[in-house]
Parts: sequence; structure tokens; C-alpha cells
Amino acid sequence: MSRRPLIRELPPTRWFLRHPRYLRYMAREVTSLFVGAYCVLLVIAMQRLSAGPVAWQEFLVALRSPASLVFHLAAMAAAFYHAGTWFNATQKAMPLQIGEDFVPGAYISGAHYLVWAVLSLVVLFVAGVI
Amino acid sequence: MNAPFPPPPSQEGGDGGSQAMPAPYHDGLPSGRPSGKTMKERLVQLEVLRYNPDTDTEAHFQRYEVMCQEEWVVLDALNKVKESIDPTLNYRWSCHMAVCGSCGMMINGEPKLSCHSFLRDYEGVIRVEPLTHFPVERDLVTAPDDFMEKLKRVKPYVITKQKKPIEAGEYKQTPAQLMKFRQYSMCINCMLCYAACPEYGLTPHFVGPAALTLAHRYNLDSRDEGRRERMEVVATREGVWECTFVGACSEVCPAQVDPASALQQLKIVGSIDWIVEHLLPGGKP
Repeated sequence: MSRRPLIRELPPTRWFLRHPRYLRYMAREVTSLFVGAYCVLLVIAMQRLSAGPVAWQEFLVALRSPASLVFHLAAMAAAFYHAGTWFNATQKAMPLQIGEDFVPGAYISGAHYLVWAVLSLVVLFVAGVI
Repeated sequence: MNAPFPPPPSQEGGDGGSQAMPAPYHDGLPSGRPSGKTMKERLVQLEVLRYNPDTDTEAHFQRYEVMCQEEWVVLDALNKVKESIDPTLNYRWSCHMAVCGSCGMMINGEPKLSCHSFLRDYEGVIRVEPLTHFPVERDLVTAPDDFMEKLKRVKPYVITKQKKPIEAGEYKQTPAQLMKFRQYSMCINCMLCYAACPEYGLTPHFVGPAALTLAHRYNLDSRDEGRRERMEVVATREGVWECTFVGACSEVCPAQVDPASALQQLKIVGSIDWIVEHLLPGGKP
């Protein structure tokens, strides 16, 4: 008797529509594009800075354009979401066992959020914003 | 013989799409199981994927209507169908208590143990399909061969360099040492995590969540000395580095094993091993 098992293939371009959890995953992956784009912007900023005061002033003016402001808002939202998913993952990747018990995962993720907030305040202070 | 994934039926009912389907079978009888007088019965509609490897080139859905008690699980409904309507329906099950891991199926598109899926949690037509990402042998029965082969590759057992004679006594372990890996030892090999993992569906050479989790379980065991052997399989492209942390494995796991956490920890272990081996002089992981 010849057996012909049925192979049910996953649609390569639509698989993430099967369940909201896969959409959340794709959203997390897409946010990394914004984070990457912002890194490119920083590299461009350094290049403009090294090109002299005129180039730097032109760059600063370009940063104030409506398109630039929209990009910065979108990149900030994406960075917040991406950072959130990263910090939430820390409790899975770095469990802390004390004796027989594990430290609750919320403490591990919470500590990361706290360090993030403190470092952000330090950066804003050094930059003279606060 | 490739069939696309159809959308699950809506929770409000309906026929689940425009596929032509024969008229539903109906047992027309009250439940044949012993029941108390106060137990409520309900007419349950099941839409079950059927496939006969000897005669079919494609799968099709078969509709059944069966009287069930409100507190039954989907597996009970399938058993009732098999007993009273259609004895040709094929599926696996054994313990009926979420221990053996045999009765994994897609229920309304979600990987579930059918013995752990209560009818009261579903409205309308309940669509039952075999676990995704595995070849379908017949109806709801899938071929687990790929998973079994991968499970063997990670050597899921305690490896010691030297065997102790029995007279030397038992291998002792403190409660803290046990707790380090206990969660990962609860896997029942039900393969729901493989059905939920899109990485496994898209790249079948991926060793996958359950096998890698069991590798981690033995790596963490204080009695074990086989970590290096396992990491040769684990810390590879088809091993843990194929995982992009979708996290679906942990969401569907019926035993709260949390395979996603095991895989992320393995990534850290693999990275440290690589740094020690390649960046430290004379380093051996």
C-alpha cells in the first residue's frame, strides 16, 4: 500500500495573518527598521559635523522640517515599543535563582525599565534639556 | 498534494468558507454516555479535516453534528462522533488528562490538546484540523518522525563521563539544583509548540522548541556532563539561532514549560561559549 502523507504548506507571505500573536511579532520586527534608520541618521549627523559649521547648520535646519519631525515621532514610538519587547524578554533570558526560588520575572524586567529611565534622565541632563 | 491553510470559522458560526461540503452527519440520539440528570446537553457542530492517503489527493472538511454534554471536551465530542456516527474518523489520544501529549490538534486554528479544550469555551462550528507543520497521515493523525529524529539528536538524557558503580550510591541533587531545570522537564512532547512556531513551518530543518528545551533541561542538570555534545547541535544555524523569538511556543504550551525562555538562555550560553573559544587565549567552552 502506497502511503501519501498530506503536506500542508505554510503560506510564505501570509502566515502572520493567522493569529494576532504573529502580527505582534511582525510589528516588533518592523520597529527595528526605524531604530536602524535612526542609527543611519546619527552617522549622517557626524558626517555633517565633520564637514564644517555651514554643513552642520544646514543639517539642523533639515531636522526641523515637517517630514523630519514626523520621522522622529515615528522612530521614537517604534523605539519605545522595541525597547519594551526587549526588556520584557529579559526575564525569560536571564532568570535569577536565589536558593530554590526564582526572582519574579516582573522584577527583572522592571529593573531594566528603571535603569533605562535613569540613564535617559542622565542623558537629558548632560544634554542640558533638564 | 499541497493544500493551503483555510481560515478558521468565525466564533459566531457559519460554514467556515465557501467550500462545498456534504450535508452534516447527525447522530440524532441523546448522549450515549452515562450522565447525571442535571447535566446540560448541547448540539455541537464539528468541522473535521478528513484525508485518506490511499484514495485522496486533497483534504476536505466533514461536518458532524453531535449531542454533547456541556462539560465535555473536544476529544469527547470526537469520540462520540466515532462511536455513533463515523467509525472511519482517525485521531490519536490516550490519557484524556493532558499528560500523554497524544491528542494535539488545531482547534479553530489554535494548537491545543483536544482533551484539554472544553466545549463550553467554543461557540458555533468548531473546526478541528491536524497539527500544522507536520505531514498528515490520515484525518487528524500526523507523522511525528521529524520531531522524534530531532529529539534524538539533542541527546535528551543524562550523560556522564564515567559510570558510577551501584555500590557508590545514588546521584544526589539538592532541591535548588532540581528547581534549576524542573520547569523544562515538564514537557510532554505534544508538539503543539512546533505547530505554533512559524520558524519551524517555514524552515523545517530548525531543530525546534521542544527538542532544544529538553537539551537545555539536561544541560542544567547538575548530574550531567554532556553539555558540549549537545551544544554541537544546539548552537548552530539550524539549532537555536534559527529561533527569532516569536514566543508562540510558550503561549500554546499546555504544560507551562516556556520553551521560548529555554531557547533565549541557550542563545546566551552559545554566545559565551563562542567568546570563550574564539576570543580568549586557550579558551575552551
